[in-house]
Amino acid sequence: MAIEVQIRKKLGNFELDMEFDSNSRRIGILGASGCGKSMTLKCIAGIETPDQGKIVADGRILYDQGINIRPQKRNVGYLFQNYALFPTMTVRANIAAGLQGTREEKRQIVDKMIAKFQLDGLENRLPGKLSGGQQQRVALARIMAYEPDVILLDEPFSALDGFLKDRLQQELTQMLEDYKGTVILVSHSRDEIYRFSEELVIMNEGKAVCQGKTKNVFENPKRVEAARLTGCKNFSKIQRMDAHTMRALDWGIEFHLKREIPEDITHVGFRAHEFIPVWGERRANCIRLELAGSAELPFEKNFYIKPEQQGEMGQESICWYIQKDKWAILNEQGLPDYLEFPEEQLLFLK
Amino acid sequence: MEKSVEILRNLDWSPLVISLKTGAVATIISFFLGIFAARKVIKAGPRLKAVADGILTLPMVLPPTVAGFFLLLLFSRRRPLGVFLYENFDIKVVQTWLGCIIAATVIAFPLMYRNARAAFEQVDANLVYAGRTLGMSEWTILWKVVIPAAGPGIISGTILTFARAMGEYGATSMLAGNIPGKTGTISQRIAMVIQDGDYLTAGIWVIIVMVIAFAVIFLMNLVSGKKMKQVGRW
Repeated sequence: MAIEVQIRKKLGNFELDMEFDSNSRRIGILGASGCGKSMTLKCIAGIETPDQGKIVADGRILYDQGINIRPQKRNVGYLFQNYALFPTMTVRANIAAGLQGTREEKRQIVDKMIAKFQLDGLENRLPGKLSGGQQQRVALARIMAYEPDVILLDEPFSALDGFLKDRLQQELTQMLEDYKGTVILVSHSRDEIYRFSEELVIMNEGKAVCQGKTKNVFENPKRVEAARLTGCKNFSKIQRMDAHTMRALDWGIEFHLKREIPEDITHVGFRAHEFIPVWGERRANCIRLELAGSAELPFEKNFYIKPEQQGEMGQESICWYIQKDKWAILNEQGLPDYLEFPEEQLLFLK
Repeated sequence: MEKSVEILRNLDWSPLVISLKTGAVATIISFFLGIFAARKVIKAGPRLKAVADGILTLPMVLPPTVAGFFLLLLFSRRRPLGVFLYENFDIKVVQTWLGCIIAATVIAFPLMYRNARAAFEQVDANLVYAGRTLGMSEWTILWKVVIPAAGPGIISGTILTFARAMGEYGATSMLAGNIPGKTGTISQRIAMVIQDGDYLTAGIWVIIVMVIAFAVIFLMNLVSGKKMKQVGRW
């Protein structure tokens, strides 16, 4: 199983110039809304045609110079955000819609799918009478009945509320467990991507900015846009003084690190949950805690801290998030005097 | 009262038959042409769309007599097309039932086209995309997915088209004339008997027309209402 995508497409002012290839069975594409990730999927499925490029799935050329296989022949399944179930067809007819063969063959496949996706008793309902979860199962059954080589999931959870979202993510992961083909999930939610994909591609403004094993990318996103999409909240431009010293211009502090600072980095990132509170004496790699604001959420508290000096990235405050189970210490000792950036958590970025 | 019973007994029913027949044929033609035109216009680029939409809607906006004028210009046997049709295929349009059908179709077609187009535009594009990725042919997608999903709009368009085609007067009288038993539709018969001052006969025809009109409205509400409930909001 392998997929290779290299496409360009111009849409008004927006230019998609996407390139990635992977041998993983579960690929995630993470990007903000409007970055072109859905367009990429549509090009793979053949719903949209790129201006130029190449798309290969499983060694089969789907699109290349002079070749443009019709979506009907690509054998690529597409799960739409709204599931796109045919509203006037029953569940049974929806699943059978794309099948070829005799009536009896179709019936057998549909029966198998109905059993597999636990749709018994719903066969003759219209999609409008199904719950969100049931609709997702029908949509997936319809795709699986057709035995595609690749399944594309286009933001399948973004329209759902939190509780249902969590359950459906779990369900979808289970249902896809024994599927042998490649699955590509597109989402703007880092949690969805993290839990689903082995390999991750991060997209920004029509381009792939970073690719790698999901866990590695989250640990070391390498680029500012990538770090932002993986949920990093604090960024600063840096000035490298020597191999172990740098100035974070937007935070107004200096770092002295044991690690060597790569010469080509331009920014540093730091996740809001990773600060170590310090009471009393200032230590190395600390920032003075001067509160700009705070917010309380059900399971965490957010503090916004003024930088010691204003920089050009214009980040007005540094975010420090602290989980509920750690609040107790704040109640006991009050707010800390300083926050320490543990050096191994600093993200070196370009 | 006795007089009206007598009129009813001796009534020439041919206008009813001619009107129903004309309406039915014009509706069938408009149905397919309207769906076809709607599909084409939706897929067309913005500039072509504006022009095509204008031309296809024009007969509905123009006074029917103006449409009749153009049709006469086109089909008159003193004109190239009229001559061509007559000499090569022995087809006469002016003063024939074919003229009735053409006039009614031209006038009623925009109703079908516009309703079909509006209904198609309501259909979620993802349904079409889903059909394609599932390997369904364009033809199957159109007839099994798009048209049923656009069902209520298309059905009400069809019924309105039938109603309009059946009642057509202006263009029909110019192109087909009012030949009793041949091109004399109900609308023309009413106009004719009124001119003779025969209000009683006219009244009977008016009642017949109103019964048909109510039946059409009732049918339309029944069908679109039922369809709506079945599908639900999606």
